[in-house]
Amino acid sequence: MADAHNPLEQFVIQTWIPIKIGDLDASFTNSSAFMLLTVVCASALMVLAVRPRSGVPGRWQLLAELSYQFIAKMVSDNIGKEGRAYFPLIFSIFMFVLFGNLIGMVPYSFTFTSHIAVTLTMAVAIFLMVTVIAFVKHGFKFFSFFLPAGVPIVLSPLMIVIEVISYFTRPFSLSVRLFANMMAGHTLLKVIGGFVIPLGIFGVVPVAGLVAVIGLEFLIAFLQAYIFTILTCIYINDAIHLH
Amino acid sequence: MPQLDVSAFSPQIIWLIITFVILYALMAKVALPRIGNILEQRQARIDDNLDAAQSLRRESNTDAESYDQAIAGARENARLTIQKTIKEISVETAHHQEELSVRLSGELKSAEDLITDAKAAATKSIHESAASITSEAIKILIGEKPTENAIKNAVSSALSVPTGEIKK
Repeated sequence: MADAHNPLEQFVIQTWIPIKIGDLDASFTNSSAFMLLTVVCASALMVLAVRPRSGVPGRWQLLAELSYQFIAKMVSDNIGKEGRAYFPLIFSIFMFVLFGNLIGMVPYSFTFTSHIAVTLTMAVAIFLMVTVIAFVKHGFKFFSFFLPAGVPIVLSPLMIVIEVISYFTRPFSLSVRLFANMMAGHTLLKVIGGFVIPLGIFGVVPVAGLVAVIGLEFLIAFLQAYIFTILTCIYINDAIHLH
Repeated sequence: MPQLDVSAFSPQIIWLIITFVILYALMAKVALPRIGNILEQRQARIDDNLDAAQSLRRESNTDAESYDQAIAGARENARLTIQKTIKEISVETAHHQEELSVRLSGELKSAEDLITDAKAAATKSIHESAASITSEAIKILIGEKPTENAIKNAVSSALSVPTGEIKK
């Protein structure tokens, strides 16, 4: 009883098919299922809805083309010409997070982006990739990144410490922002939803609140995917151009 | 908080890597090149159509220009023709006028000749009739016939006096 009404119960990972690789637990869980569903939906939109050689796109194809152009513009605005190479990766990140967030909005579904394990893995992978890009492009000149040009020498020890800390907190801010937003939104929905039945006839008040919050949550689902993607762009840009 | 259940981390991370790699492969190898191609082709088609429209417009502009030139040429031609015709007509008219005036002056001269002849004839006949009247009148008045020469002299002296003086 208490468990069913627990607002955090929706985040529990349920093992559907136990898989073990050596000592490693690689079980197929509800989280895995929704990741697969995300890949299927995103691919359906981007591959199946697109008819080659159609001069005039249909609705779904238009949506696919708009997504393409949206991210292409984001990449060229934030990174420039060198961003072309990272476009597929950035696009995949956007689609993965966006569809994960949106599919999570369906009642009784699971939101894998509300798990720190997922978002932190993505953020750390992006952080490592960005650092590798920076070293490959600039070698040891990369360390000049931690001392912005024009800083007085007296301030430089302080600036270097601040810049290094801010650089290494990037994966955490990136991952916690997404995970916390998704988790908070879904928890809020569940908490407000819990008021509906006990209030009887006055349950319409929390229902009205739910409607408003769900609208907000859809906005946040898109916005967090956008923020996650654009920060990735900015990090890659930093790696390519330094400051 | 289920998010902090460390035992659930490895399946999530492993499936995240698997699914994300699948998505990345599909996007990078299939979806994005295809959509990029479609957008490029569409842009090329739009550009082509715009180019075609541009060249058609240029063509129509040159057509309009040549049309204007033709109109201007025709107008110039017409002006020249009119000028030429006016000149021709005036030349011809002058020619006709000259001919006419030559003919008229000839006719005038012959008419004047006729008049002088007629005048001389008339003067002569007046002298004759005056002489005959005078001789008849003298015959009736004095019953004798004067000599022809005397009458002639008298008549011509009388006729040579201006008419106004006779009245006096």
